[in-house]
Amino acid sequence: MITAEPRHLESRYDVVIAGAGPAGMAAAMGARERGAEKILLIDREREAGGILWQCIHHGFGLIHFGTELTGPEYAQRCLQQVIDGGIDVLTDTYVYDISPERTLKLMSGTQGIKLVDAGAVVLAMGARERTRGAIRIGGERPSGVLTAGLAQKFVNMMGLLPGRRVVILGSGDIGLIMARRLTLEGVEVLGVFEIMPHANGLNRNVVQCLHDFDIPLHLSTTIVDIRGRERVTGVTVAPVDEAFKPDMSRAWDVDCDTVMLSIGLIPENELSRRINLRFDPVTTGPIVSSTMETTANGVFACGNVAHIHDLVDFVSRESLLAGRSAGEFATGKRPPADNIRLMPGDNVTYCVPQTVSSDREHTIYMRVKKPMEECTIKFGDIYSKKLPYVFPAEMVTIKMQAKFLQKFHGDTLRVDVVKRG
Amino acid sequence: MSDQHIYEYLCIGCPLGCHLLVDDTEGDTEGVKVTGWGCKTGKAYGEQEHKDPRRNMATSVRVKGARWGRVPVKTTGTVPKKLVRDVARAVQDIEIEAPIKLGTVVLANVLGTGVDIVATRDMERL
Repeated sequence: MITAEPRHLESRYDVVIAGAGPAGMAAAMGARERGAEKILLIDREREAGGILWQCIHHGFGLIHFGTELTGPEYAQRCLQQVIDGGIDVLTDTYVYDISPERTLKLMSGTQGIKLVDAGAVVLAMGARERTRGAIRIGGERPSGVLTAGLAQKFVNMMGLLPGRRVVILGSGDIGLIMARRLTLEGVEVLGVFEIMPHANGLNRNVVQCLHDFDIPLHLSTTIVDIRGRERVTGVTVAPVDEAFKPDMSRAWDVDCDTVMLSIGLIPENELSRRINLRFDPVTTGPIVSSTMETTANGVFACGNVAHIHDLVDFVSRESLLAGRSAGEFATGKRPPADNIRLMPGDNVTYCVPQTVSSDREHTIYMRVKKPMEECTIKFGDIYSKKLPYVFPAEMVTIKMQAKFLQKFHGDTLRVDVVKRG
Repeated sequence: MSDQHIYEYLCIGCPLGCHLLVDDTEGDTEGVKVTGWGCKTGKAYGEQEHKDPRRNMATSVRVKGARWGRVPVKTTGTVPKKLVRDVARAVQDIEIEAPIKLGTVVLANVLGTGVDIVATRDMERL
């Protein structure tokens, strides 16, 4: 793989970025664009690029690159930009501590333990998958229970099959993609079980990954028991009521050797917790300002660390902003402080960034709690926009111009999504 | 010859997922009638999906001399939906050797579709 291993690790960089996935790579380019000279991009894996290498399917890049790419093609384009931009890329290295003064502790096989001072830091560690423990499925604890992303790495990069007869719990996009992937590799996918009354992934994936291969999708149904001493031998599934309580009188058994979980992602913030940041209890990521700065001076966060995205294109866009802000911070530039806090109101789960400033335009990312058609998004009484639909699984993106924010004179602006008429 | 003339499709244009009904009583390709759509994307999708459903396909093939055991590959264009499994089968026994460059043709004109199978990343030789 193309690499840009630094010949000599410096003791001080203008900008240091933890995590060289799509977020970290875009942040590095943003910092370079704003005049940061010495930039260090660190990743714990042997090669930069992050999770994209294993996402071998199509559907990436339409917004960011204006053309449809596979995950590896998207990763390679970003990495090529990073290398052409003269960014130092240090792989096989773990960032295990950070201080409020922005000194990072690194550990790697080639460098040993090193301290690096940073003019600005970008946290871009991404997310990890929720596991069986996160949703407490009952039963025995045999091998053969794994997350969809791990199965994806086994199949697409290592050439290993996780099993022969697979049951999938959760209908997130990775689970749907893997249902198709395993089928094409000759594995029998017995069904996808989703506790919600609607699929969590895109319609495109429901059609092209499940319908095309006659894989059943059981909505409002979940796994209540996993059986097997050494290896999984089967599961019991049951329909659930509105309160998600399983109806055991209608339960049935499925013989399988593998249970694959696609039940959501958790922002990976162990490193962020080493300093005294304020976190958003809903996103579980750090609270960020309109420049993607956390509550620690000169420490920025972007990508799945800040909130879980559905499209890598939005990760790149958000992270480019974080990197630009980090680059400006490192070169001594400070934009005006934010003066408006966004407060999620009716049918709004969260907004990122959590604060904005009325001197410029902002892109605001948000999620809704429940599906709604023909609705209006309202920012207090200063701005409203009609939306044909909203879905919890699809991030809502709003471009907010300064002229609207300048009409607002309070400090907390409430955001609601309400039904029209 | 089937008596069926009404076919159901789930629109993939947006998360609303309109349930489309395609009626081909008046002819297989010309004169199909699509109902159930909420916008023009849905109507066009229903017609296309009924007349000539096509798909991209991505898989991975064995690679020797690299860090990983597999290198990702894709079709350079869409292939007829009914050929997707056959295309996957046609590449499953291929083994290539590192180093590999993105875009390297792994199999040309797969199953006579006019579409190539190409590597989707560089992979260095170890």
